[in-house]
Amino acid sequence: MTALLEAKGLVRHFPIRDALGRAKGAVRAVDGVSLFVYRGEVLAVVGESGCGKSTLGRLLLRLIEPDSGTLHFEGEDLRALSASALRKRRRRMQLIFQDPFGSLDPRMTVEAAIAEPLKLHGLHKGRERERVAELLSRVGLRPELARRWPHEFSGGQRQRIAIARALASEPELIIGDEPVSALDVSVQAQVVNLLAGLIKELGLTFILISHDLGVVRQVADRVAVMYLGKIVEEGAAEALFRNPRHPYTRALLAAVPGQGQKPAMLEGDIPSPVAPPSGCRFHTRCPFAQPYCREVEPELDGLTHRAACHFQDSLPPAPPLREAEPDARLRHLQSFFDRETTP
Amino acid sequence: MSATPWALEVEDLSITFRTDRGTLRAVEGVSFRVAPGRTLAIVGESGCGKSVTSLAVMGLLAPNARVGGTVRLAGQPLDDAGRRAARGRDMAMIFQEPMTSLNPAFTAGDQVAEAIRAHEGVSLRAATERAIALFERVRIPEAARRARQYPHQLSGGMRQRVMIAMALACRPKLLIADEPTTALDVTVQAQILALLDELKRETGTAVVLITHDLGVVRDHAEEVLVMYAGRMAEQAPAARLFDRPEHPYTIGLLGAAPRLDEKRGRLASIPGTVPDLYRPPPGCRFAPRCPFSIAACDAGQPEFRPLEEAHRAACIRAPLEAALAA
Repeated sequence: MTALLEAKGLVRHFPIRDALGRAKGAVRAVDGVSLFVYRGEVLAVVGESGCGKSTLGRLLLRLIEPDSGTLHFEGEDLRALSASALRKRRRRMQLIFQDPFGSLDPRMTVEAAIAEPLKLHGLHKGRERERVAELLSRVGLRPELARRWPHEFSGGQRQRIAIARALASEPELIIGDEPVSALDVSVQAQVVNLLAGLIKELGLTFILISHDLGVVRQVADRVAVMYLGKIVEEGAAEALFRNPRHPYTRALLAAVPGQGQKPAMLEGDIPSPVAPPSGCRFHTRCPFAQPYCREVEPELDGLTHRAACHFQDSLPPAPPLREAEPDARLRHLQSFFDRETTP
Repeated sequence: MSATPWALEVEDLSITFRTDRGTLRAVEGVSFRVAPGRTLAIVGESGCGKSVTSLAVMGLLAPNARVGGTVRLAGQPLDDAGRRAARGRDMAMIFQEPMTSLNPAFTAGDQVAEAIRAHEGVSLRAATERAIALFERVRIPEAARRARQYPHQLSGGMRQRVMIAMALACRPKLLIADEPTTALDVTVQAQILALLDELKRETGTAVVLITHDLGVVRDHAEEVLVMYAGRMAEQAPAARLFDRPEHPYTIGLLGAAPRLDEKRGRLASIPGTVPDLYRPPPGCRFAPRCPFSIAACDAGQPEFRPLEEAHRAACIRAPLEAALAA
């Protein structure tokens, strides 16, 4: 099976300059990331703030240029494409942002916003209006809303509009950068369900960049965990959640609230990405760190479930993910909500 | 000495705002009590009134707010002036974004020392020493050095620790924490919530935890109040609420919140959006989104009534099984 998108050794540093514009170091946002996503797969990239996951998302679409590394889409070298060829290619790769308020032009009606990519790529010529109507109903909005302005919509509705706009160019790959993080829980559930449905029906490939492991558990087929600009663990979602191999992944999963109180596993804050620790970047916070970890940087190791930890095979077993007790009464009562929303 | 076992009693709180668009009824008929050393979580989505409720208790609302109802702190009724006087001494509050509550021009240590001096007539040196001791108490590493740093030199988690140190400076009877960890990363959030729990146990401070995160409620609260569109939807001990929620909004919210420890095919999705509080629906405010609603739900406000001991809900259809079987 070949990957739809494959990145190798991506690096992107952002120089920090002093008042006179002289470089005085760099934020090592993405510091050697290799990643692939198969067609039709939902890959989640998770991590805490500053881990580089948003920068990675932009690098994967070549919205920003990597300092080094390679990038292939369906086997084609994206970095070798000319500006015009890249523009054509972009039609098939779209990005959805966290902030539905910032991502829509306030001076464009909904119809104009969704029709813009159609015009840009010359799609559905002469029947753009019908296509916009189709796209709106696809994301659960009434087509009559096409003439309205972004400010007339709630956050959830705006995110639906942003999704419709992303779908307009008929992409194969969508990258969602925290697409539901700004939404209230009840609205978030609507949008998560909508995205999951669209991915399935349209056979989309989706890269979900998220800090919310609850959302990731619901939708991801595969998960990559980032820490300080590197992927520290990557594997099938259920394998990774049930049997996390990297100490950071274990701590991250244990810290998610709602599983009963557990002693906090990690002390301190994430170190600065300007000067990441030597050797294994996690050694300063790792409860299992050995002197060797300070010296030698571990590589991702393993076949399908990979972790970048020298001692991943000798760590004490991870505390098991305790699955919530199925609650038949609650499920039954909650099913009434779904009946209500089925179109 | 007061005879009341409650650190905080709020009765029939109402908050309205006069604005250009008219009168916004932000909160209506909200009552709750918190015992010393216990945490009451007030949970709900944006606009449910959870934050304005806490600001009203603290006397921190803007002048265009009209506040009705009574607030008693350790049995003492507090009017507006009383709330101002008690603030920072008998009750303290921490917010989501500690950067906006800290003065960028003063060191972290000086700000906490000033808070101590404002309420206790001690020397600056004594106050500074106490501030450093408090920093150690909230587990700020290298407390003395951190005390000399400015807020921008501290991480988000450290700033929240400074805020907690400041809140604890005067040993308050009540600590209101409004989304205290929402801006923090999950590993740091776990540290801060564990710290709040530990301090609550040690000091006997009552905690009101305002949050949208049901997972946080599950792990850190003994009592829960669910609010919807400015009114109380349901109130119960936390174990009971998660085990046997009765209000349709609580049931929907629990189904909508994605959990790490539960992979569901589909999240329950509450249709529609919250009502406009300038023109709230005439009956139950949740009725327009509720799959269990009947005509009577639109007729009038549902009474917030007891279902079991210490478990109350504002729903005429509760208990739902009986209603559905009928």
